[in-house]
Amino acid sequence: MTTPFDYAPAPESRSIVDIKPSYGLFINGEFVDGHGKSFKTISPATEEVLAEVAEADDADVDAAVKAARRAYDRVWSRMPGRERAKYLYRIARIIQERSRELAVLESIDNGKPIKESRDVDIPIVAAHFFYYAGWADKLEYAGRGADPRPLGVAGQIIPWNFPLLMLAWKIAPALACGNTVVLKPAETTPLTALLFAEICQQADLPPGVVNIITGAGGTGQALVAHPGIDKVAFTGSTDVGKAIARTVAGTDKKVTLELGGKAANIVFDDAPLDQAVEGIVTGIFFNQGHVCCAGSRLLVQESIADELLAKLKRRMSTLRVGDPLDKNTDVGAINSAEQLARIRELSDIGEAEGAGRWSPECVLPQHGFWFPPTIFTGVTQAHRIAREEIFGPVLSVLTFRTPAEAVEKANNTPYGLSAGIWTEKGSRILKIASQLRAGVVWANTFNKFDPTSPFGGYKESGYGREGGRHGLEAYLR
Amino acid sequence: MSDRIDVRKTYKLYIGGAFPRSESAYSYEVKDSKGKFVANAALASRKDARDAVAAARKAFGPWAGRTAYNRAQIVYRIAEVMEDRRPQFVQAVVQSEGLTASKAEKVVDAAIDRLVWYAGWADKITQVVGNANPVAGPYFNLSTPEPTGVVAVLAPQESSLLGLVSVVAPVIVTGNTVVVVSSYERPLPAVNFAEVLATSDVPGGVVNILTGSAPTVAPWLASHMDVNAIDLVGVAGDLGLATDLEVAAADNLKRVRRAPAAEPDWAVNPGLDAMTAFLETKTVWHPIGV
Repeated sequence: MTTPFDYAPAPESRSIVDIKPSYGLFINGEFVDGHGKSFKTISPATEEVLAEVAEADDADVDAAVKAARRAYDRVWSRMPGRERAKYLYRIARIIQERSRELAVLESIDNGKPIKESRDVDIPIVAAHFFYYAGWADKLEYAGRGADPRPLGVAGQIIPWNFPLLMLAWKIAPALACGNTVVLKPAETTPLTALLFAEICQQADLPPGVVNIITGAGGTGQALVAHPGIDKVAFTGSTDVGKAIARTVAGTDKKVTLELGGKAANIVFDDAPLDQAVEGIVTGIFFNQGHVCCAGSRLLVQESIADELLAKLKRRMSTLRVGDPLDKNTDVGAINSAEQLARIRELSDIGEAEGAGRWSPECVLPQHGFWFPPTIFTGVTQAHRIAREEIFGPVLSVLTFRTPAEAVEKANNTPYGLSAGIWTEKGSRILKIASQLRAGVVWANTFNKFDPTSPFGGYKESGYGREGGRHGLEAYLR
Repeated sequence: MSDRIDVRKTYKLYIGGAFPRSESAYSYEVKDSKGKFVANAALASRKDARDAVAAARKAFGPWAGRTAYNRAQIVYRIAEVMEDRRPQFVQAVVQSEGLTASKAEKVVDAAIDRLVWYAGWADKITQVVGNANPVAGPYFNLSTPEPTGVVAVLAPQESSLLGLVSVVAPVIVTGNTVVVVSSYERPLPAVNFAEVLATSDVPGGVVNILTGSAPTVAPWLASHMDVNAIDLVGVAGDLGLATDLEVAAADNLKRVRRAPAAEPDWAVNPGLDAMTAFLETKTVWHPIGV
């Protein structure tokens, strides 16, 4: 399909961010050198090295946990909730003040389009701190008894798909409830977490309340296994989630796990098709499909499958893939070479297993990690691309004839994080929503997030909820 | 009178609404608190545990789909039938736990009262732990609790009736189905309880009761991929076994209610935890005005 207009480049300026050549660890309110090696973080759009980052070893993890414990015992657990709240409000305000800087840095380090980091990620980050700030002095009304107590020190490990947003989901409720934290960002996206550490300094947050340690899986393991933590909060893959559940077995550590998904996005024959197409695109191509709740399985009623797919292909042809800092970009860079290899591998398997592969024509940049928006048709439930989380811009299309068949196919997965329903019939929405074994159900919409709305999965998508009143439960006794 | 030979009961398993013997044909001697032989109870095997899980899975959808009002009435009905058989339960508790008759009566009363307490929760828990969420946009957004699914429960070893009721009632009243491993040395109140369930309008498979050894049967339940959650209270005090079971439960990320260091005091008001441990929160979004 040809476009009547060509877009002129509209790049966002990088000048607002100041990336240092190297970063240490943020422990006890200060940046310190790590004892381990260092690693490089790169821009996935250009493969340019952005900075050297310290890899925390066991001694560094221990120092961070001890700093968090001291801050918990001496300052944070004793501080009245109304005072803790003010620190969180301060942080929320500084995030708003520095929002453009955070958005640009997030897009550079992660590869996501600037319009998403600017309009989705960073505003929700600020909103999350603002929301939980207000809880800090109202915890006795949260339904957890008259005198709910914090747990102590929380060890928190977050993924690379929404670096700062996942940090906010972890740190805001933990601090509001009176816990202190040691947080490890993902090794491919550490920079906004390190900038957040500076924000903590600007807010005069007492030293040790927030500690940020960078590193890879080994650092995360050391944190989870550390006897000095009382709570583990993890967002990431189901395999690592299971390993964490085994590590903490037999301890008193409380755990919340927000893991993978293979969400069904179900389109009935009476759905508003143009809205549904937008929802399907948002569901799987938002954030390059690097979304645990992505609508990666499209279940479309057989009678409208051809019409819907024609509309979907037409819409996909208008998606602009490229420079994350260009304000017109819809689909940015794949976050890492490793993830790109995984997406390619599973897509090739999809083709080899007999599914029909289609992508719009698009010119991908020469450098960096890129994958075009892709759909597979004729997918069956046995295909690996219908069962395994691809975590990329790849949609598997399956069909169904009856609502019962749609529900059965939707639930035929070990995951249970999210689902979508498209139909104009209200009673059908409510019926199907009640039958889907998933923690978040979007009806006639998809991929919406809000600090007040609990998020989390059924089955192997993990346990516990983040967001809303329910999110407090993870950080209170 | 004394010439009459009494008719003894065969104590069997309770699976899918039926009372089978163990498929293994094993049984074990149950003695009273003074060490006197009382009965041969069925010794549940791995296969029995799997059969029980299959029955519980089959019963889950229909049970979760009943109205909360209906589940409340059925759990209340269990209390009614237990009250009707109060002397039988008092005798079983005296026999199993070695309590005096007056103390055993208090235990039975507490167990019946607990059922009544939980029955009322069926149509209230959603209002207490669910809520509307004021999202910053034109969306209707509602969070409600739903049952986790098939729950394995290792019943307490000491409190053979009140403890048993206190771990089973909160699981089923919210719509889960359950596979229970009874106290090993004190299984008879559990079998009597099964007979009450069978005559209380509880659909077959909603509660399945296995008599036997938790260390033998529990590993199969903890690692079973069609079990969604496990309550480990029955191995309280055995940290090694509890840890192994929790590790096995991670294979499909079962929700685990950990074993305490010692068996809790079941007379204490239980609060909501025994219910919320086996509930999932579902949040539904819908646009407003478009």
